[in-house]
Amino acid sequence: FPGLADVSIPQDIPVEGEITVPVGSHSPDEDYSTLDEPVKDTIMRDLKAVGKKFVHVMYPRKSSALLRDWDLWGPLVLCVSLALMLQGGSADSKDDGGPQFAEVFVIIWFGAVVITLNSKLLGGTISFFQSLCVLGYCVMPLTVAMLVCRLVLLAGAGTISFIIRLIVVGAMFGWSTLASTAFLADSQPPNRKALVVYPIFLFYFVISWMILTFTPQ
Amino acid sequence: IACLVMYLFAEFDDAANLLAANPDATTISIDEPVEIPKNQQSRLQEPGREEDDELLGTDDSDKTELLAGQKKSAPFWTFEYYQTFFDVDTYQASTLLQRRTVLDRIKGSVFPVPGKNFVRLYIRSNPDLYGPFWICATLVFTIAVSGNLSNFFIHLGKPTYHYVPEFRKVSIAATTIYAYAWLVPLALWGFLMWRNSKVMNIVSYSFLEIVCVYGYSLFIYIPTAILWIIPQKVVRWVLVVFSLCLSGSVLVMTFWPAVRDDNRRIAVATVATILLLHALMAVGCLAYFFDAPELDIPPPIIPAHNGTTVVTKSH
Repeated sequence: FPGLADVSIPQDIPVEGEITVPVGSHSPDEDYSTLDEPVKDTIMRDLKAVGKKFVHVMYPRKSSALLRDWDLWGPLVLCVSLALMLQGGSADSKDDGGPQFAEVFVIIWFGAVVITLNSKLLGGTISFFQSLCVLGYCVMPLTVAMLVCRLVLLAGAGTISFIIRLIVVGAMFGWSTLASTAFLADSQPPNRKALVVYPIFLFYFVISWMILTFTPQ
Repeated sequence: IACLVMYLFAEFDDAANLLAANPDATTISIDEPVEIPKNQQSRLQEPGREEDDELLGTDDSDKTELLAGQKKSAPFWTFEYYQTFFDVDTYQASTLLQRRTVLDRIKGSVFPVPGKNFVRLYIRSNPDLYGPFWICATLVFTIAVSGNLSNFFIHLGKPTYHYVPEFRKVSIAATTIYAYAWLVPLALWGFLMWRNSKVMNIVSYSFLEIVCVYGYSLFIYIPTAILWIIPQKVVRWVLVVFSLCLSGSVLVMTFWPAVRDDNRRIAVATVATILLLHALMAVGCLAYFFDAPELDIPPPIIPAHNGTTVVTKSH
C-alpha cells in the first residue's frame, strides 16, 4: 500500500488517552450479595419501597424513582382487599348482585393491561410494568373509599349515608384519576394526552361505580 | 322504513352523479386494487392533502417518505403493525385539512352529511382501532350503568324493592356490543369480498375500515343510553328512532356505493340487512337493560268470585 507509507504521527503532537475504564460508584446491589443479608432486611427493603410508593400516591409528584423501581406487590394487596370488601353484598335468588371476587380481579387487571397497551400503542414511552404499577397503586384512594363506605353502611343505609358515600367516592375517584394522570400522561406526545387520559378515567369510573353501588344484605 | 330507504336511495343516485361529475372529490380510481392484503395497503395521494405532517411517535414516520405509498409495511405479528392503527390525535394541531383526528371522526358520525361517504371523507387509508374499541367499551358501561340507574328510579319507593347492582349485565352487555361491532363487520366484509369476485365494484373497503365505520356509528348510542334513564316510553322510542336514523344513515351512505353496481335486489337486501341488524341491536339493548316504565294510574282491583282480590298491573 504505497499511500500508507506516509501516514505517520509527527512527534510533536501528543497522543493521549486512557486505556482503563474509570471506576465509578457501584450500585448498592453489587456491593454485597443479597443472599447473605438477613431475611428481615430483604423484606423491610421491599416493604419500604412499597410504602414509599403509597406516599407518592397520596401526594402525587413527578418522580422518576417511583417509575423506575416498579413493583406489583402494592397493586396486588390493594386489589385483593378491594375485592374482599366488595363481597358480602346483596345477592338475591336471581344472583343479580354485585361483582364476584373474580370479576373484580379481572376488571382491575384486565383493565390495567388494556390501558397500558393503549398508551403504548399511542406511542407512549413508559414501559409495560411501570404503567401497570402506577395504575395499580392509584387504586389506593378508591380502596380507602371502600373502607369508609363500609363503615358508613354499618351506621345505616339511608339517604344521608348515600350522600356521604357519594361525596367520598367522588373525591377519591378524582384523586385516583389525577394521581395516575400525573404519572402517565407525561410520557405521551401532547396531541394524544386526552386519548390516553380518557381510558384511565373510564377505568376508575367503573371501579367507583362498583364501590358506590355496594349494598349490604 | 321502506319509504325512508327509498328516499335515501334517491338521494344517493343524485349524490353519485354529483360525485361522478366532480372527480377531484373522489379518491377511488378504477385501478385501485380490489384485494387489499393485510400487511400492505397503498395510500392514495390526493392533491392538496398532506397526511404525514402530523405523524408523531410512530415508527413509520421516516419510512413513509422513503416508501412512497406504503404505509403499513410491518408484518402483522409485530407490535409496530398495530401501532399504525393508533395513529390518531385528539385535536388538530395544524391548520392543514386533517380528517384523522378522533374528534373529527366522531363529529362525522354524529352529523352525517348527505352524500358524503364517512369512510371516504374521514377514514380513507387510515382506519384506526382506538375509536371503535373505546367507543364500544364506553357504550358497554354506559348501557349497564344507565340501565341500573333507570331501574332504580323506576322501582324507587316500592316497599318490596331491594336495590341490586346487577353486575352480571355488564358481561352480557360487553359480549353483545363487542360481538356486534366486530363480528357483523367481519360477515359484511366477507360478503362484500364475495360479491366483488363476481361483480366488479368501484368501491371496496378493507375489514378495518368497516370496523371503523361501525365503531364510530355506535357513538350516538352513548348519549342516547344516558337519556334512556328518563322513564317515559314515548321519550325512549323517540330517542331510538332518532339515533337509528343518524347512525343508520352513516352506515347506509357508506355501504350503498359499495353494492350499488350489483344486482339491484342483492344491493337492497344487503343495505336492509345492515339496517335491520342495527335496529335490532338498539331495540334489544333498550328492552333488556331498561325495565319498562310503569304507568302512574293505580292498578285496577278486580274482585274474583272466590273472594280474593286480583290486582292487575299494566306494563
